[in-house]
Amino acid sequence: MGDWKTVTVPALSSDSKNIFQYTSEKKISSPDMNSQVLRLPLPSSKSMHSFFSAFCTEENIEQSISYLNRELTTLGFPSIYAESKGKELNLISIINCMNELLVLQHKNLRAQEEVEMQHLKLGSDMDHLQNCYAKLKEQLELSKREIVGLQERDRQLQSKNRNLHQLLKNEKDEVQKLQNIISSRATQYNHDMKRKEREYNKLKERLHQLVMNKKDKKIAMEVLNYVGRADGKRGAWRTDKTEARNEEQMYKVLLNDYEQRQKQLLLENAELKKVLQQMKKEIISLLPPQKQKPKERSEDGPVLSDLEEDIGELNKENMWELSCETVREQLTNSIRKQWRMLKNHVEKLDNQVSRVHSGTLNDKDVISREDHELETEKLELEIQQCKEMIKTQQQLLQQQLMSPCDDDTTLLLQDCYLLEERERLQEEWRLFQEQKKNFEKERRSFTEAAIRLGLERKAFEEDRGAWLKQQFLTSDQDNRVVNSMSQQRKPHCMLSGPISAESCQTSQYISHNSFNAALKKPAGDSKPNQWEESDKEETE
Amino acid sequence: MDFSELFKLSGLLGKFSPDGKCLASCVQYRLIIRDVNTLQILQLYTCLDQIQYIEWSSDSLFILCAMYKRGIVQVWSLEQPDWHCKIDEGSAGLVASCWSPDGRHILNTTEFHLRITVWSLCTKSVSYIKYPKACQQGIAFTKDGRYMAVAERRDCKDFVSLFVCSNWQLLRHFDTETQDLFGIEWAPNGCVLAVWDTCLEYKILLYSLDGRLLSTYQAYEWSLGIKSIAWSPSSQFLAIGSYDEKVRILNHVTWKKITEFEHPATVTNTKTIVYKEVEKSPSVETERFSFPPTRALASSVFSTQSKYDISQVPVSFQYIKPVADRANPKMGIGMLAFSPDNCFLATKNDNIPNAVWIWDIQKLKLFVVLEQLCAIQSFQWDPRQPRLAVCTGNSKVYLWSPAGCVSVQVPTEGDFQIVSLCWHPSGDSMALLRLCTSERLSFLSE
Repeated sequence: MGDWKTVTVPALSSDSKNIFQYTSEKKISSPDMNSQVLRLPLPSSKSMHSFFSAFCTEENIEQSISYLNRELTTLGFPSIYAESKGKELNLISIINCMNELLVLQHKNLRAQEEVEMQHLKLGSDMDHLQNCYAKLKEQLELSKREIVGLQERDRQLQSKNRNLHQLLKNEKDEVQKLQNIISSRATQYNHDMKRKEREYNKLKERLHQLVMNKKDKKIAMEVLNYVGRADGKRGAWRTDKTEARNEEQMYKVLLNDYEQRQKQLLLENAELKKVLQQMKKEIISLLPPQKQKPKERSEDGPVLSDLEEDIGELNKENMWELSCETVREQLTNSIRKQWRMLKNHVEKLDNQVSRVHSGTLNDKDVISREDHELETEKLELEIQQCKEMIKTQQQLLQQQLMSPCDDDTTLLLQDCYLLEERERLQEEWRLFQEQKKNFEKERRSFTEAAIRLGLERKAFEEDRGAWLKQQFLTSDQDNRVVNSMSQQRKPHCMLSGPISAESCQTSQYISHNSFNAALKKPAGDSKPNQWEESDKEETE
Repeated sequence: MDFSELFKLSGLLGKFSPDGKCLASCVQYRLIIRDVNTLQILQLYTCLDQIQYIEWSSDSLFILCAMYKRGIVQVWSLEQPDWHCKIDEGSAGLVASCWSPDGRHILNTTEFHLRITVWSLCTKSVSYIKYPKACQQGIAFTKDGRYMAVAERRDCKDFVSLFVCSNWQLLRHFDTETQDLFGIEWAPNGCVLAVWDTCLEYKILLYSLDGRLLSTYQAYEWSLGIKSIAWSPSSQFLAIGSYDEKVRILNHVTWKKITEFEHPATVTNTKTIVYKEVEKSPSVETERFSFPPTRALASSVFSTQSKYDISQVPVSFQYIKPVADRANPKMGIGMLAFSPDNCFLATKNDNIPNAVWIWDIQKLKLFVVLEQLCAIQSFQWDPRQPRLAVCTGNSKVYLWSPAGCVSVQVPTEGDFQIVSLCWHPSGDSMALLRLCTSERLSFLSE
């Protein structure tokens, strides 16, 4: 079909309006296929008219139909001819085709819209990205420039630093040089000075020679008459004797001076010794008389005797005023010892006073010496122990403070210590409980013993009463008395045996008292005396 | 307190005779001897040239006048005014002259310290001492006048020679371990000689009369050292004042330092009494002016009275730090003097020029500080009692004793700047000297 003009190409490419119109043109054109007149209700330009009429004219209807058919079949639509051959058109298929084409057109339009939308979106995205890119590029440029600037500064600073180091080294070198110069100049000056002085001495010698040589009449002394000496004696020649005498005189003067000084020192010494002696006497008088307490600590014993010896000796010495070293040492040592004793005494008095104030002294004024000593020993032991404990505590504390503060280890350590302590405390608690139990037992036993003692005493009293009664009743029957005596003696002995055994556990004092009280009762009888003695023997 | 009239004087030469009877003063080339009690002129001598130095002999019978420019020493007798004696050193020159303790020999030091010539007034003998040291105190006599110590220098080393004054025999000659000996001084008991080094090195050596070195004391190294020393009258203590503003006291038994006295700019110890001189403005009664103005009125108008106030401790003094690049700087303890009863020591710290520090030697503590308005020129103890006289270059003389402190105005016309004073040997009176275009002497007596 070469009739129809190729007009599709130029219009379609750019002009959407044309396309739209062209599509609508296609719609309209198909139902009017049977009529020859093509009605175009489009407000179109002349080009449109030409465009629509360009494809199908009155001459090429069949050609255009066949062309259309061909196109449609290639597109996959069914043929618009009724039959495969022939010129009759299948209206239904034509309408279907048209519908299909419309649907396709719609789809295409939608797709186009979508594509356009996407296109726009992409366009805007691209713009945005381009902007971003431009900005980032700018930033990159800036930072690059900054880096370059900083590098430059860094380099400058490093070079400055190097310069300063160099300067410092130079200055130090200079200082060292100057110091060397100074020391060398100092030696130089010293040397020069010595040289100049030698020169000067030479000049002096020369001048001296000149002066002496001249024997000027100028250098002279004019005197009307010579004056007598101040001491009125005549002048003496200068001889060896005079020299010797001069030496002697000089030594005499020196010796005089030394003797005077020695005298002064001796006086001072004597005074000081007197003062010391006085002090010693006063200290002795202040100290309490030592002889009443023979059981003082062993140190004081020999000291006392020394003291007395010293006093005797030094009193003697004083009269002779000897001052040899041993005597001096003895004096000072004795004073020191006495001073120490005085100090101890004063401390003891202080302690006593404090004890009296706190009221720990019971009515038992007589605390036996041994108890006192025991107590003091115990206290001293306690003090030692406490001190040791304090020391260990201090050490531990120090350790804790000194050790590096590693939390975990310190916590662990603390835990360990706590555990240790707790265990120790538990042990001690157990011990304490045991002791308490023991004390309870003892106390109970004591009370039991006391009760038993009381009962036995009662029994004993009863027995004695009975025995006395018996005695009185059977006074003439001596034999019976003797017999009953011997009989009754044994059980009493046995009775008193366990009592004495237990009474040893209680304090002796109580036993003494009770037995004394018990024994005071019987009347002055020979037999009861025997009882007393035997009892005494058993208890002691 | 009485003041005498002013007498003309030159060269600050006013000296009491050792027996206290006469007062010698010189004016240009004339020597005037006055009686102390009446101030009448007893004798008048004329010398050949301007007198530079006068000295009484120890028995007050003779007086020497030295004229350094001419190299002449003239000796005058008080008993016989006609007697005369002239010693001419001629070309040797003269730089110093002094009496020997027996009053019959004159020791002249020639120029350049070439030698010391011992001229005798009794015999025709002359002795020479070679190589004397050119230092401040090169010759020292013991108090009893028996021995003389002379500092010498040979071959760049220092030596000390001891002579017996009676016959000028050399007793001992020993070298000293000093770099550059600065001075020597005998202890008042005549048994110990103190020898100290130049201020570049702090070193003091103590030699016994027989030449043995007893002890050396060196407080510190490198800084400037000893500036002044003073023996206590009993020879018990040796006070050493140094450039570090401290006084160190050595004791005569061990020759070790027993204490150090510091002179700080601020005194804080509450037990120290500080006397401060304050000015009292004079009250002038304008109505009673008369013409011509009487002398008393004139003096009262132009002079300012002053009195002492007790300042409350802590007190700060005016402290001067001298320039560091000059030699002999004005710092450190420049003046030291013990009181005659050995109880007090008066010192002056050149860094605090307006204050006199008085130390109690029995307690070894600072006792009193006298703060004056002007710089201290000189002070001197009364020879008999613990009384200190101070002059500061104005027309007042200040007296301190343990009882108190008083400022005495010298009644003169115009200004009388006292620069020096000296006590009469009996302690009753005092001579005040001032330095001016025409020097004058004023006599103060009690």
